[in-house]
Formats: sequence, C-alpha cells, structure tokens
Amino acid sequence: MNVETSKYNEALDRYNKKIADASVEDMVLNMGPQHPSTHGVLRLELITDGEIVKEVIPHIGYLHRCFEKHAESLTYQQTIPFTDRLDYLASMNNSHAWVMGVEKMLGIDKDIPKRIEYIRVLVCELNRIASHLIAIGTYGIDIGAFTPFLWCFRDREHIMGMLEWASGSRMLYNYIWVGGLFYDLPVGFEERCREFVDYFKPKMVELNQLLTDNQIFISRTANVGVLPMDVAINCGCSGPVLRGSGLKYDLRRIDNYSAYPELEFDIPVGKGLMGTVGDCWDRYKVRVDEIQESIKIVEQCLDRLQKELKRTPEFDPRAKLPRKLTPKIQDYYARCEGTKGELGFYFIHNNERSEIPFRSKVRGPSFNNLSVLPELGKGVMIADLIAIIGSLDFVLGEVDR
Amino acid sequence: MSFDDIKLLLTQKFGETVITGEERIGMQPALLINPDHIVEVCMELRNNPKTYFDFLSCLTGVDYGEEACRFGVVYHLSSIPYHLQLTLKISKENDRSEDNLPSFPSITSVYRTADWHEREAYDLVGIFFEGHPDLRRILLPDDWEGFPLRKDYKAAEYYKGIKVD
Repeated sequence: MNVETSKYNEALDRYNKKIADASVEDMVLNMGPQHPSTHGVLRLELITDGEIVKEVIPHIGYLHRCFEKHAESLTYQQTIPFTDRLDYLASMNNSHAWVMGVEKMLGIDKDIPKRIEYIRVLVCELNRIASHLIAIGTYGIDIGAFTPFLWCFRDREHIMGMLEWASGSRMLYNYIWVGGLFYDLPVGFEERCREFVDYFKPKMVELNQLLTDNQIFISRTANVGVLPMDVAINCGCSGPVLRGSGLKYDLRRIDNYSAYPELEFDIPVGKGLMGTVGDCWDRYKVRVDEIQESIKIVEQCLDRLQKELKRTPEFDPRAKLPRKLTPKIQDYYARCEGTKGELGFYFIHNNERSEIPFRSKVRGPSFNNLSVLPELGKGVMIADLIAIIGSLDFVLGEVDR
Repeated sequence: MSFDDIKLLLTQKFGETVITGEERIGMQPALLINPDHIVEVCMELRNNPKTYFDFLSCLTGVDYGEEACRFGVVYHLSSIPYHLQLTLKISKENDRSEDNLPSFPSITSVYRTADWHEREAYDLVGIFFEGHPDLRRILLPDDWEGFPLRKDYKAAEYYKGIKVD
C-alpha cells in the first residue's frame, strides 16, 4: 500500500489502536446488535471503567438495504414501497414526504383535492400515534415496566387494523401515491375511527397514571441524559428530541404543508417538570403530549371528512394521478415532520424525459438523533445508557437505510 | 433575508472569489462556493446575527456521472430563528482512481451533524474530508472495496471467496 492510500486508513488504524489500548486499561463491553434494549440491530461498543461508561462507539449498518442505490434505478412511483421500509413504524409519514416532494417538483401540489389531503393527514397522524405508542411502550420495558408495553401494543393493534382495512397491509402500506391515493377510505372507516378515538382517550389517562407519573419511572429518567438545546441543534436533532430540549420547532407549523395550516394543534415542548429541561423524562413526555395533539388532529380531520368533504360516488382518488412522472431539470430538497423528526428527501433530476432521479438522498431523523449518543453517553452509568437509548427513539430501518 | 441578500453578505465579507456561481433553476436556488472556503462560509452563515443558519439539515455527496468526472457535496442549511433555507454546493474534478479520492474540507468544526453525514459520503461515494476527526466507513463493513453510490460501481462477484448470486 502506498503512502497516499494509507491516509484513507488512518482513522481505522486509530480506532483499532484505541480499542486495543482500552482492552488493557479499561474494559470494552459489546452491546448489541441482538440486545433487545438497543431497539433493533444497533451495536454499541462501550469503553467502561467499572459501571461508568467512558466512551460510546456506535456501529450501524447491519440493516443497510441500499435504498439510495435502488432509488437510482427505479421510477418515482416504484420507489414508494421502498420508502415505506425506511421508518417501518411510520410508513405513511415516509411515503407522504416522498410523494409531497415529487408533487412539488412536478408542480401539481396545488391541484390535490382537499379530501385526499385530509385523508393523508388522517392516516399519517394515526400512524404517528402508533409509532409513539411503540416508543412509549418499549421505553417502559427498557426501564423495567412490563405492563405499559402490553397496553400500548393492544391500542396500537386497533390502529394497525384500521390502516390494514384502508390499505390492505399491516405495516408497509404503499397507500399514498403521487397525485392521489391507492384507494379511497373504505365505507365506515370514519365511524370506526371515531369509535377508536373515544375508546383511546381514557386509555391514555390510564397510561399516564401507570407510567408517566410513576415515581420509579421518574427516578430512572429525570435528570438523566440531559441534552442542552444548543447541543441538540448543533448535532442536528429534530422532532421530539429537539422539542424535549425546550425548542418549539415543528415543521408542520413552519412549512405549513398539506392540510396542517387549517388544523388546530399545539406543539408540546419539554419543560423540565420532573428535573432538568432536556432530560429523558422530558423527551418521553413530549411524545405522550404529541399523542394527545394527534388525537385532536384526527378528530378535526374526521369532522371535515364526514361533513363538507364527504365521500361521493364519483370521487376517484386516482383521478389526478399524472400519466408520466417527469419533472423538469432541478434539485429539490423536500422535508416534512416525520414521527422522529425532520424527514428529508433530496432529489437531483437531470433528464427531462426520465422518470428516474439521478440521485436521491434520505435525511433520516433517526440517523441524526442517534449521532448525539456518543455525546450523551459520556460518563453515565451503563443502566442510564439504556434509558438514554430508549429516550432517543430511533428506528434502525431509517438509520441504516 | 432573501437569496440575493445572503449572496451580497458573503461577497462583502469574503470578496468575489468565494462564490464561484449560482444555480437558479428550480425552486431552491443554490450558491456555488469555492471548496477551499466552505468552512469559513458556513461559520459566517451560522454566526452572523442576520442569518443564523444554525441547523445543517442534510449533507449529500454526489457523483456527477462518468463523463463529467466531477464530485461534489451539497449542503442544506436551515435557520431556525428566521425559518430560512439555503443550499450550498461545492464540487471538484477528479480522475475517479481509488488512490486519489476527491478531497474537501470537513465542516465538523461548525456543525457536529456533519460528522456522520461526512462518514456516509466517504463510505458510499468515496469523498475524502480533510480534518474529519474519525473518517471510517459507517454503513458498510470496514473491509468493503469500492464505493457503491459511484456511477461506475460494479457489484463484486465474490465477497471473501464466496460467490455472490
């Protein structure tokens, strides 16, 4: 190997030496990729001194499925099922972001009928509730509370059932298409959804009594893993992680896309009620509050869908589907608020007759939220590290793409 | 603050040579920056009270095709206080050989988000970032050969002696 190429291996050599040195002086502990509390196939290498974590080195890529390479050879429409598999707990939000980006490039984003916009927002918010329920439930299990996990999965199952009814699939929906939807909502969906909302509201009160105000849970999470706001911004955190640090920043309000400007909802932020602003409890609480806000949005969508935007026999959600998805030559960065934070797609389109992007890049919110872990994990106890990992709520499908 | 104001602000601060051009096709105009000055430009945009581009949304490594022999990095900055967005682009010609990767300055000193994004660009597109604290592969194994998102990438027939079907 000549001198030039060894420059590229410098960092790897440095890393190998660090691990070799640490195994002599401290202990190197391997956590994952099959450890249940790493929420998927995340591997953490911990350099520990007794119970104290000196350094966290995350290793990702165990779930790398070459999304960006695939997207270079598939058309915009064909890539939608692939976007579902990024953050597989919130597939609707992913395809919504992708579809909005493509519609914006085609210049048809203003022609989408109101009913379609509202259905999109409705299913996205239902999916957001489902995703946050998993985040809360598995967080409980990380801390040692088993019951909330079962309760959350029981309630999530109702959402899965409804979305399966609408799209035909339980998790990976392929429901939102460029210019429209796969199908209209099934007859009776709105009523069933309303039943679910009425059933779900008291369940959230119960869940709060069981977990949120639980003294054991608070002592495990309050004042643990404090993420100051400036660090959160500089590290590119977004979504509940950034809002947990006290910044009121939600792209649904900033960008005002889709039907969100017509809907009433608040943006919950971390207030440090149980400890310091930006600790694990705050991040958890933001998700609980966001579920309440999402319920509000769902109810407003249902009001509209049952009154002025009622279904009509001649309504066809595929009527506006463009025949050819050929945008003009341009670069476009589309972003929207996914369940985990700012979900962005960057398209480079350089051929007017082609339906395939020259390059597309995903900005996964989990990827950026996870990159703050080495910062947060310095000098904490191993048990607290588990609490920190859970509070970041990442999905490895999106980290590894 | 509009796109032209930002351009004016940068030329007043650093002179004419820093901005090499601009792209105005499409909805999001982009500034083409001289690669040697990207760190100063980002630092200025982040710290200037008129812009406060404090959030790096996205960093993309791009291979502009086999004929172009050009590699670039695209930065999407956004300003949380002013709700602004800005695209910066830098690019360089390169002969695509394995021993001579295109090399750009790293902006990890300005935005810590760039750390993993630059590792990903190195891993998949093969762009080297000068001054990056830990430029290892991130998504692929450490012993992977080649850079898959390059346009001339050929999938290997064998991986460690095992035939890939």
